[in-house]
Amino acid sequence: MSKYLILLYDNESEWVGVQNETTERLMAGHQVFGEKYGDAILGGHALQPVATATTVRPDGAGGFDVTDGPFAETKEALGGFYLVEAPDLDAAIEMAKQVPIAAATGGNEVRPIMVFE
Amino acid sequence: MTADAAAVSAAVAEAHRREWAFTLAATVRLTRDLDLAEECVQDAYARALTSWLDGIPDRPGAWLTTTARRRALDVMRRDVLFRRAMPELVVDDVETGPDPVDRFPDDRLRLICTCCHPALSRDAQVALTLRLVCGLTTADVARAFLVSEATMAARITRAKKKIATARIPYRVPSADDLAVRVESVLAVVYLIFSTGHTAPRGPDLVRAELIERALDLGRMLRALLPANADVAGLLALLLLTDARRETRLGAEGGLCLLRDQDRAAWDRVAIDEGIALVREALRARPPSRYALQAAIAAVHAAAPSWEETDWREIVGLYDVLVQRWPSPVVALNRAVAVGFADGPEQGLAALDALAAEPHLAGYGYLAAARADFLRRLDRAADARLAYQEALLLTENEVERRFLQQRLDELD
Repeated sequence: MSKYLILLYDNESEWVGVQNETTERLMAGHQVFGEKYGDAILGGHALQPVATATTVRPDGAGGFDVTDGPFAETKEALGGFYLVEAPDLDAAIEMAKQVPIAAATGGNEVRPIMVFE
Repeated sequence: MTADAAAVSAAVAEAHRREWAFTLAATVRLTRDLDLAEECVQDAYARALTSWLDGIPDRPGAWLTTTARRRALDVMRRDVLFRRAMPELVVDDVETGPDPVDRFPDDRLRLICTCCHPALSRDAQVALTLRLVCGLTTADVARAFLVSEATMAARITRAKKKIATARIPYRVPSADDLAVRVESVLAVVYLIFSTGHTAPRGPDLVRAELIERALDLGRMLRALLPANADVAGLLALLLLTDARRETRLGAEGGLCLLRDQDRAAWDRVAIDEGIALVREALRARPPSRYALQAAIAAVHAAAPSWEETDWREIVGLYDVLVQRWPSPVVALNRAVAVGFADGPEQGLAALDALAAEPHLAGYGYLAAARADFLRRLDRAADARLAYQEALLLTENEVERRFLQQRLDELD
């Protein structure tokens, strides 16, 4: 078995601070996902909107630059993640397909977790 | 019965082409490591060069597979320090019990499905397929795609690393996913063929090596998936298109268009085989994209001359193709066919309707097709501009010479 992180990239305006058919569909979808995969889901959270992000970088002089905003500006923001366990990438992709997406432009990125031996 | 060195080296070369995929696929299953499997298979071919002097085996594939797998077992057992550079491949069926001597499951479909996994980029799929399924060296693959060997080596290493690290399984996908995967495999084979049929750049019109490999892959898939109409359609398309290969260059190495080709010199054996496959592929409902393209090639192959070509039928087939698989390139080919069915005026109108298509903006064939119709309509000034545009967008030197010649003839 391997661990994968499923990163949920989506258009925030579809779901942040609104309540409508889309958000209901998302909630129901996550519920179904959770029930379907149970123990294979090792963890996961929704994130506060990207406007709440703070980036901390070394300033090159021994200190840090602390700035408002995400590390990388992307059109679709990272809105949440699941840490899952799957036998192989095909199984992880199958799980990612079941994670609901709000916007047509959104999508889920599947990344294997690095194992240090 | 002993064999002389020339016969052995010919037999090894033949076995390299026919048995590489089978041998590697069976060895990967054992090693669960692509690099180790490749080394062992290469080693088996090297041994064959000397061992076969004592007699060429009746079943070279079984000999090579047995030898490669023995070597792999040796390395894995003896070298307790054998450390994989990458994580072990995910292989479903665990082999237990004694090693069968000469009967191995045919894992070629598994191998090509892994090479063409959708999690790999198209470039990586093509490179891996040529390297692992066809047994080309990295240098050959690099040359075929006109990139440096270092670039190609990095691409192949990166792809192998992704297979191992992300755990892309060494597996034929489930029935549900197989159709989609076969589509991706066929796209890879067709891309290899197209790159060979008209090299995108460089001095040669054709890269025969790539065409041959694409045909080998098409035949292999046909053998592995005999009931698959998409596979039949693709193989038909390759055979019918390639049947004209010898006639595409004139005496002085210049481009010879379909209109001017010596039809008596077309490869009739390939055409007959292609037409039989088209018939079979068209029975599937709905017919696949490749089957329709092959049907168009079959109309050309069946026409006794350019003048007697059934352009109505060809336009009709393009209509179905455009409707089911709308693509700017298919629309362009349709427009050209309209020009031959209804005259250059109509052809030009159909082409001009595509002028705003962004995907065709950098596509030399659009300008070349416009130039040809304009020339036929005696609009020399417009034709000149179109030929000049086509020249700017064409990097194959044989095609460039042809366009330049047409341009010169306008003066």
